[in-house]
Amino acid sequence: MKIYFAIAASLLILFAAAQQPPLTPGKVAPDIKLISVSDKTISLNDYPQAKGFIIVFTCNTCPYAKAYEQRIIELNNHYASLGFPVIAINPNDPAVSPGDSFEKMKALAKSRNYTFPYLFDEGQIVTAQYGAKNTPHVFVVTKNNSGYIVEYVGAIDNDTPDTNPDKTKYVEDAVNALLQNNKPAVSSTKAIGCSVKWKRAG
Amino acid sequence: MRTLLLVFFLLIFCRTALCQTVNLITIDQLNQRISKGLDTTFVINFWATWCSPCKKELPYFIQFENDYKKDKLKLLLISVDFKSVINSSVIPYLKKIKKRDDLFLLDEKSEQEYIDRVDKNWSGALPATLFIKAGNRKFFENDFTYLQLVTEYKNIQ
Repeated sequence: MKIYFAIAASLLILFAAAQQPPLTPGKVAPDIKLISVSDKTISLNDYPQAKGFIIVFTCNTCPYAKAYEQRIIELNNHYASLGFPVIAINPNDPAVSPGDSFEKMKALAKSRNYTFPYLFDEGQIVTAQYGAKNTPHVFVVTKNNSGYIVEYVGAIDNDTPDTNPDKTKYVEDAVNALLQNNKPAVSSTKAIGCSVKWKRAG
Repeated sequence: MRTLLLVFFLLIFCRTALCQTVNLITIDQLNQRISKGLDTTFVINFWATWCSPCKKELPYFIQFENDYKKDKLKLLLISVDFKSVINSSVIPYLKKIKKRDDLFLLDEKSEQEYIDRVDKNWSGALPATLFIKAGNRKFFENDFTYLQLVTEYKNIQ
């Protein structure tokens, strides 16, 4: 019996270790290869024209993700043609958050006419690699010869309810700076939202 | 005259506990309140209606406040729900709990600023709880059981 507890305990420790802090600016961003709501496997390497990406961990269910949905659509509308398309990833385990199942993702993307890929991180490997904590949690990355580099991590802006006309638009500011070959003035903020729903152990 | 009548009726309803009031509070107002109560232990819980671990622990906080009501203890519940859902979500939920005063909704424009002003180490995740006694602050970004709550309360005395 004791041995089972020991195994369970070490598995728990391993699991905890998998939940790393978010990648910080300057770090290498791993490539992503995940299934999208259009049933295609999407990878960052599929975008030879892109200068970088606005990678958004988001979901169907969280009130913060819902509040930001339209702003995520607009980010892609504005920046995809400038070389920074949006890649949206649902990090949640559907067993814990049934509203975030692959089928529900497909339905939402269809009803809201997503123009960007909405990927399902089954197994939560990419979420763990990036250290995404909340939905939404944004990683702006650029492409260089050897791979992808994190340039900005955090929130889309500082006003989730979208009521303050003087809000600071962190992601827009960061991408605008990168388009001018500058580094973002603010490269890290706190991503506020609902915690990622990790698969329950056991 | 109409307004007066309305206020009068609201008062009557509130007396019978049918009316749950949630006051808006800024971080400045919160800090002022804390600075006026140096002999008081403040337990300040940040929560939201969409946060299930928050709703799971709230009854422990209310039980704890009730069990220690002879102490100089103030439990402030501060919702960080959007203002637009006060009437549709926050008040209906609060009607179900056994607490009538010190119910607030945070009134701040910049999330990035208020998070740092509550505690530099706060990621913004909920639930979060702050214990304050005479200038001593202890911040927790996790949910509490009843026992953990009592332990931390005694630790800060």
